[in-house]
Amino acid sequence: MNGRQPLAAVHIGVAVAAFGVASAMGVLQALSIADINFPYRSESLYYLSVTAHGVLMALVFTTFFIMGLGYALAQEGLGRIIGRGLAWIAFALGLVGSVAAAVTIVRGQSSVLYTFYPPMKAHPLFYIGATLLVVASWIWGGVVIASYCSWRREHAGVPAPLSIHGMLATIILWYLATAGLAVEVLAMLIPWSLGLVGKIDPELARSFFWWFGHPLVYFWLMPAYVLWYTVLPRVAGGKLFSDSLARMVFILFVVLSVPVGFHHQFADPGISANWKLVHTVTTYAVLYPSFVTAFTIIASLEVAGRMKGARGLFNWIGKLPWRDPFFASVALAMIAFTFGGFGGAINAAYAMNSMVHNTAWIQGHFHVTLGTTVALTFMGATYWLLPRLLGRELRLPGLARIQPYLWFIGIVLFSTSYHIAGLRGLPRRVYSASLTGEYGAAWHGLTRLAAVGAVVLFLSALSFVTVVVATWFGGKRIQSLAFEFASPLRPVTALCVWDRYGLWTVLAVLLVAVAYGYPLLHLLAHRRYGSPPFQPF
Amino acid sequence: MHVELYERIWMWAAAGLLLLFLGAIFLTVGLQAIQPPSHIETVDPTTLATNPEFGTPAVRPRADGSVVVSVVAQTFSFSPDPIEVPANRAVTFRITSADVIHGFEVVGTNANAMAIPGYVSQFTVTFKGPGEYLIGCHEYCGTMHHNMVGKLIVKKESP
Repeated sequence: MNGRQPLAAVHIGVAVAAFGVASAMGVLQALSIADINFPYRSESLYYLSVTAHGVLMALVFTTFFIMGLGYALAQEGLGRIIGRGLAWIAFALGLVGSVAAAVTIVRGQSSVLYTFYPPMKAHPLFYIGATLLVVASWIWGGVVIASYCSWRREHAGVPAPLSIHGMLATIILWYLATAGLAVEVLAMLIPWSLGLVGKIDPELARSFFWWFGHPLVYFWLMPAYVLWYTVLPRVAGGKLFSDSLARMVFILFVVLSVPVGFHHQFADPGISANWKLVHTVTTYAVLYPSFVTAFTIIASLEVAGRMKGARGLFNWIGKLPWRDPFFASVALAMIAFTFGGFGGAINAAYAMNSMVHNTAWIQGHFHVTLGTTVALTFMGATYWLLPRLLGRELRLPGLARIQPYLWFIGIVLFSTSYHIAGLRGLPRRVYSASLTGEYGAAWHGLTRLAAVGAVVLFLSALSFVTVVVATWFGGKRIQSLAFEFASPLRPVTALCVWDRYGLWTVLAVLLVAVAYGYPLLHLLAHRRYGSPPFQPF
Repeated sequence: MHVELYERIWMWAAAGLLLLFLGAIFLTVGLQAIQPPSHIETVDPTTLATNPEFGTPAVRPRADGSVVVSVVAQTFSFSPDPIEVPANRAVTFRITSADVIHGFEVVGTNANAMAIPGYVSQFTVTFKGPGEYLIGCHEYCGTMHHNMVGKLIVKKESP
């Protein structure tokens, strides 16, 4: 279909705006940690800005981008969006919720970070605003599923386009994940923040948070994989190496990525060591689909290089379109993920986690994974999407071309430094790496290097936002470009076991019930006292 | 489902690598009983001041020469501070919080646990040789979170 898509476009627009604001906060945080003074630097502003950065990046930027991508793919892959009116209502809900939460943060009433662990209490509107954003995403999921069902009635016996398969898997996973969040926020946090109940159990709330918190990263990663599988080989000029394995990968994420949350709680009391070990096993299992993805994508790129005439063992790499901003973004995102994945394997390593838990290593880790693998893919995808959604030519292509490389340089400096500082013991989320003013000899140089990396990252983010704004308002009007997806080497024509969404959903629910049922009941069986609210900010 | 030969080899190799990782973890669990701090015990955070143990957080020796350290974390300090323990003896930390969630990290060691109000974190470590360590709070706990530090002094074994 060739036409503008305002619904998808406004979602991407909100995502980019959130990203821009959060990036500016990020660079100031890195300067603050490194003890580099700047006007208005203060403790309370630092923790306020860590909260805003986390909420805007991890919740607003990602959720709006993924919703926009989902609508664009439904329109292109299925030729329809069923419930467009509802989708606009959801957009308004999500926007109002995000702004309400952001206002309480900016007013200093909700400096509780994006993990909002009780008994630290934010303004009730913080929780209610976040809930509205999640409700918007639930409606979005319903709209995409309704569009798929309508398409399915007309296309019996044909597998869904791979991009839709990936989005459906993402949506199923999102419903499973947000069930845990809904229990925490609706049954515990909101009544407690309004003063309707006096006490809250912090450990129970944490467990429900991480039920949601780890699949949240796959909610970000799976749409990125959709782009890797269905767009990247095409942009590279090749074909998708294996369509059926891609389908398997998305289903494995649905089944395996929720019952893993205890690997964020290895250092917690209240959960037995054996159940932590069970979640360790599932955590390693969920690495598997990413290993398979690595092969399929790189093989697809090799196909692209060979189709362009490459002969030798490695010279297909040089034949790839490294000057294309989408290609460069994704390729660099994938290189980052190699390191991020192995760092993740260390975090998940049960007892070894004690060496890195809650140190600067962790912020080093998730800026490689979320901050590069996902964010850089989304930035590159924005360059690819905008001309198609707006019917405008990309402005400032030169800036778009260097932007991904700038990001990669920044992240290497930033994340490498924090990984090492974390191994030397620097606690995460500190206003100043000298702590009380007397410490930090072991990591001060590293935090300075990370600050240099953060400045480079900020320049890259600024370039990205500039290109988006210039394109949106000043791009030459063109006939919207077609969405072209990669065709597989071996087209799949018949439904297979990986297309049975109901079956896999049931299996995923059962696994979650096993992985969480017993430990949570065990926790509930103890005499629990609960905590009143605190606001030490 | 058709899977190319090289892809099949890769998939088996990836599975093997993950089994190797998990095998290493299970070996340390089985042979050395290594595990993260996972104690399950609750305590009323609103009456810590009158709690027989956490009302007076302190280092208490046991008959066998090992010691128990009861620690209360609260915004923005650890108590007791400094903590003095003997070298080469089993030191069992029991940690809870009087207000929000805190962290307890003995910098440069693997002594690392959460301090969660209403719960007691417990783990046992042995420090080899005398020395001084920084204790840092590693969970955001409020405006002066970065100032929340303590000192651990490991002293030569008393005869």
